[in-house]
Amino acid sequence: MKGKITRWVLVGLGVLFIALMLLLPLAAVLVYALRQGWATFLSAVTDTYAIKALQLTLLAAGITLAINTVFGLFAAWAITKFRFRGKQALTTLIDIPFSISPIVAGLVFIVVFGRIGWAYPLLEAWNIKIVFAVPGIVLATIFVTFPFVSRELIPLMQASGSDEETAAALMGARGLRIFRRVTLPHIKWGLLYGVILCTARALGEFGAVSVVSGHLRGKTNTLPLHVEILYSEFRLTAAFSVASVLVVIAVLILILRNIVEHKLKREERL
Amino acid sequence: MRVKSFFSKKTVALSLALASFAGLFSGCVGSDSDTKAPETIAITNVSYDPTRELYEQYNKLFAAYWKKEKGQDVTVTQSHGGSGKQARSVLEGNEADVVTLALEGDIDELRKAGLIEDGWVQELEKNSAPYTSTIVFLVRKGNPKGIKDWDDLVKPGVEVITPDPKSSGGARWNFLAAWAFFGKLTGATEETQKEQIKALYSNVTVLDSGARGSTTTFVENGQGDVLLAWENEAFLSLKEHPGDFEIITPSLSILAQPSVAVVDANAKKHGTEEVSKAYLAYLYSEEAQRLAGQNYYRPSNAAILKEFDTTFDLQIALVSIDGDFGGWEAATAKFFADGAIFDQIYKK
Repeated sequence: MKGKITRWVLVGLGVLFIALMLLLPLAAVLVYALRQGWATFLSAVTDTYAIKALQLTLLAAGITLAINTVFGLFAAWAITKFRFRGKQALTTLIDIPFSISPIVAGLVFIVVFGRIGWAYPLLEAWNIKIVFAVPGIVLATIFVTFPFVSRELIPLMQASGSDEETAAALMGARGLRIFRRVTLPHIKWGLLYGVILCTARALGEFGAVSVVSGHLRGKTNTLPLHVEILYSEFRLTAAFSVASVLVVIAVLILILRNIVEHKLKREERL
Repeated sequence: MRVKSFFSKKTVALSLALASFAGLFSGCVGSDSDTKAPETIAITNVSYDPTRELYEQYNKLFAAYWKKEKGQDVTVTQSHGGSGKQARSVLEGNEADVVTLALEGDIDELRKAGLIEDGWVQELEKNSAPYTSTIVFLVRKGNPKGIKDWDDLVKPGVEVITPDPKSSGGARWNFLAAWAFFGKLTGATEETQKEQIKALYSNVTVLDSGARGSTTTFVENGQGDVLLAWENEAFLSLKEHPGDFEIITPSLSILAQPSVAVVDANAKKHGTEEVSKAYLAYLYSEEAQRLAGQNYYRPSNAAILKEFDTTFDLQIALVSIDGDFGGWEAATAKFFADGAIFDQIYKK
């Protein structure tokens, strides 16, 4: 009886906390977005600058995802399946983007690729623009979402050890085959989870991107930056309308994650 | 089998994305030559915070004018933020063709960096300031704290909102206007001025990085009793929220001259010198001057300014940066450089 009460109190508190901290603010975004009706909402969301911002955000997130997935796999593979010097240092280095402030991440790129940066003369000679252009935004996004995939994979791969891979190798399988038939089935869950987290973060990145963007409308404005611009232009409803697009994408990503998780779980049981 | 297909789909997606990444870089390489295409031309205007509405309208006006003159479609990409921050971004490689900033000093940083040629101030009329403004107070309806002049801002319990003079042009005008007022008080010395200014800034509850940030803090987020604001920004807030606020014009303020200039190095690189120059020169046309007035900037053309005498308080005493502070160079060194007066009073 006592245990039951404790359980209900704990569950109640948990639900209350989530409702106050997460659901209420998100609901507020949607309510605010629609307070002047669908027409206003649609005109804000279908605005040329909003659409361009969305395209840029998706492009940056897509590239980031691809690069970080490949890198995350390589890094996790190297760290868990091989023994080498400086392994611990590498593991720590991968985590830098988690602990560093996004503004530092942005400024780093300015210092390297900006007009007073050391790589600038070279870039100028090749007529390549990095900061205050799309590549800078992509780089900044990659930087801040760098550790997501490998961080998910390392513990998983560490737990499964390298015995099975060793066995496969002894039986004559080559690298890629080992990876596909032995390693990947073990880590696909974690990989997917890392990829999803990485996507969510990449879509919402504001800080580092804000530093390297230059805020050129229709050119280097991502969706989160566009929300800020609208907000400072006294266009609150439009700002929340565009923000609600981000919220909806986030929710969709979470649903996708759950579906995938569910499916994989069932297949594993069979 | 399932595992295999999962992997190969991934591979396809990855290579697609990588290909698009490569395309991105090569796309950037080619883009500069596009601006020379005769039928369309694109320029970038890096501006400060409160000019968003003005340039949105002006760009349309100029596009129509340019189409008529040259038969060319011109698109202007806008960027807005705190004036100092914006100048910094151009300095770091944000390739603006023209800058329209809050301060001569901010643009002069670009000259020092070699992006703008010497003598840019004399390039256009009225020291390259096509419109001016001044600093006023925005208070809540009914003026509950009874704020009338600068000395009311140092009273205990008055919460003041102003941006950071380190990053915002408007904030520097705010600071200098207050400084000028405290200097005109009887028995004023530099020490009493410092004390008063220090008291004022200790009443500041939110110090945003740009003028628009401060306005949002005051207007939308309901912080503070009084906002030190650009006159145009204050009027805009009245328009956005009729009946919620009042403008208080202090007995003395400062003639704020936001400057404009072509960023020569970038315009040359993009082949946009002609259109960039015309873009700024056209700001002095009657249509553009009137547009500035409609957006609550004081037109520099005296005749057009007269048309707006019911909007603006033309009687206000105005000190000027050149006449009373010895120009921006001197004012920056004395007040805003590292370790100068603002740092001294704000530290403690």
